[in-house]
Amino acid sequence: MPDTHTQDPAYNYAYLDEQTKRMIRRAILKAVAVPGYQVPFGGREMPLPYGWGTGGIQVTAAIIGQADTLKVIDQGADDTTNAVSIRRFFARVAGVATTTATPEATIIQTRHRVPETPLMDGQILVFQVPIPEPLRMLEPRETETRTLHALQEYGVMQVSLYESIARHGRISKSYNYPVQVNGRYIMSPSPIPKFDNPKLDRSPALQLYGAGREKRIYAVPPYTPVKSLDFDDHPFEIESWSECCALCGSRESFLDEMIVDDQGKRLFVCSDTDYCEGRR
Amino acid sequence: MYVAVKGGEAAIAHSLDLIADRRRGDRGLDELTLEQIDQQLGLAVDRVMTEGSCYDRTLAALAIKQARGDLIEAIFLLRAYRTTLPRFGDSVPLDTAHMVPERRISAAFKDVPGGQVLGPTYDYTHRLLDFSLAAAGERPTAPTAPADTAQALPHVGDILAREGLLEPAPANDAPPQDLTREPLSFPADRPLRLQNLARGDEGFLLALGYSTQRGYGNNHPFVGEIRYGRVAVGFVPEELGFEIEIAEIEVTECDMVNQFAGSAEVPPQFTRGYGLAFGHAERKAIAMALVDRALRGAELSEGADSPAQDEEFVLAHSDNVEASGFVQHLKLPHYVDFQSELVVVRALRAEVEKRRAETAPLTQAAE
Repeated sequence: MPDTHTQDPAYNYAYLDEQTKRMIRRAILKAVAVPGYQVPFGGREMPLPYGWGTGGIQVTAAIIGQADTLKVIDQGADDTTNAVSIRRFFARVAGVATTTATPEATIIQTRHRVPETPLMDGQILVFQVPIPEPLRMLEPRETETRTLHALQEYGVMQVSLYESIARHGRISKSYNYPVQVNGRYIMSPSPIPKFDNPKLDRSPALQLYGAGREKRIYAVPPYTPVKSLDFDDHPFEIESWSECCALCGSRESFLDEMIVDDQGKRLFVCSDTDYCEGRR
Repeated sequence: MYVAVKGGEAAIAHSLDLIADRRRGDRGLDELTLEQIDQQLGLAVDRVMTEGSCYDRTLAALAIKQARGDLIEAIFLLRAYRTTLPRFGDSVPLDTAHMVPERRISAAFKDVPGGQVLGPTYDYTHRLLDFSLAAAGERPTAPTAPADTAQALPHVGDILAREGLLEPAPANDAPPQDLTREPLSFPADRPLRLQNLARGDEGFLLALGYSTQRGYGNNHPFVGEIRYGRVAVGFVPEELGFEIEIAEIEVTECDMVNQFAGSAEVPPQFTRGYGLAFGHAERKAIAMALVDRALRGAELSEGADSPAQDEEFVLAHSDNVEASGFVQHLKLPHYVDFQSELVVVRALRAEVEKRRAETAPLTQAAE
């Protein structure tokens, strides 16, 4: 059962003032209408630092209602410090119910993972995004990259993937692996491992991406095709492990590696704590 | 096992208690009051108000106390508070020619109308530790001349402009974009750039301004004038329809006068760089004026090859709340990304090993 909370009356509902929330909702609507397109928005300073998820927090604050149930994960886990802190923030300023169970949640704010449990119709996945521009490391200038997107001129990305194959024999990009949304915009899926990329494709859930410091919002509507970039002779593939989870025995989930003693002994466990607990 | 790597509610609660405890320090000593910070660490308060873009000495002092003197953290606290405040409207532009100056100097002219007023400055102190300050004691009050509040202090730049030696002050009555309400977009116009620089990190602007002086986009600057003092803030409430004075604030203003070789259309003349900060902040105001002028390189056909002339580079990295957040977010867990990297690096290494094993016999045969 979700945990219930009471809103702190010293703050407006969900912290932001109503006008700001309306402005963010307009940006979200535009983002949903043009999947994968980065919509500039008037990002506000939040009481959490830039880099801590201010974009995701603003998106969540703009969409969360009293009937919602919120789940927050960081690195797949509900009990990491940042997830605890953000969940507590919304429990305080919105008084909404919170949960760690993926199926119970109506809004899931995440940093760096997509839950293992398949998402459902009506759920919203809010991503915290550090660098929304997938071409940023190839072209540092915003004026340039916006033009490249407008012209759908993505050769520079294909070349970078090709160079990786030429140099390493494979595409060495492991997280923040670029995708193309609905056959149009190339999009950063945020620094999720490429393991999670297939979960974005035709997901029943609405995906909202918020970048606070860079002041951009983008979105993938439900059931939208999301293709990880690759080549015919070098098809996209995800990480795999020869080990299984030490706690639940899963061979299908993304595993975190832990060093358990000073001899360097290792243990592998599910990154998604809710999924793992549900299987034990 | 999870306890070792994943923080929980209890750990955070204890951490919060501990930081509050460390903030208070030795309980045998008196606790700092906000009045003491305001009065005796006034320049820190000025910086926090400027880069926090919120003029409130008490709140800035509170932020400094809460941040234990970490000024960027204090700026962050003040910004996060400021963001919750409603916006009533824009004030009318400050009339700094009617400043009641505490200090006003020109480095371009030996004397200027209204005179050189040295005021309080470290410029001419000898940087020797004053051990008498280590002990408590009565400090004498400094004598000051009565200020003539009615006297207008014309800007040195306006005097030069009348001769045509300095470009005219830019006329732009369009309401400026508000960076705290709308995202930065490029190319940015000058009001927007100045807004960004006013909020920008003093250290960052200092280094950039310094770089222009060392040849990276040099613009041959002179401090036309720098003034610090109190100015009235005017506001026109919609229901009244006329201007009323709502506050008096302290600001530091720097008018930089820079050489300009001229172009095909414009004969050689001096050009302007501008800096403004809350309170007494000359280093900030001067650095800001240098960078403002450097960012006009393209407009004045000087090229834009140096970092300080690069609008996107400067404006995108000047904000210390943004920078501090993203730099320090590296402390947050990255287990998942690192795990992905581990998997890939192991696979890449395995392939190298395999290739080595395959080529090794061939090498032997060749020998």
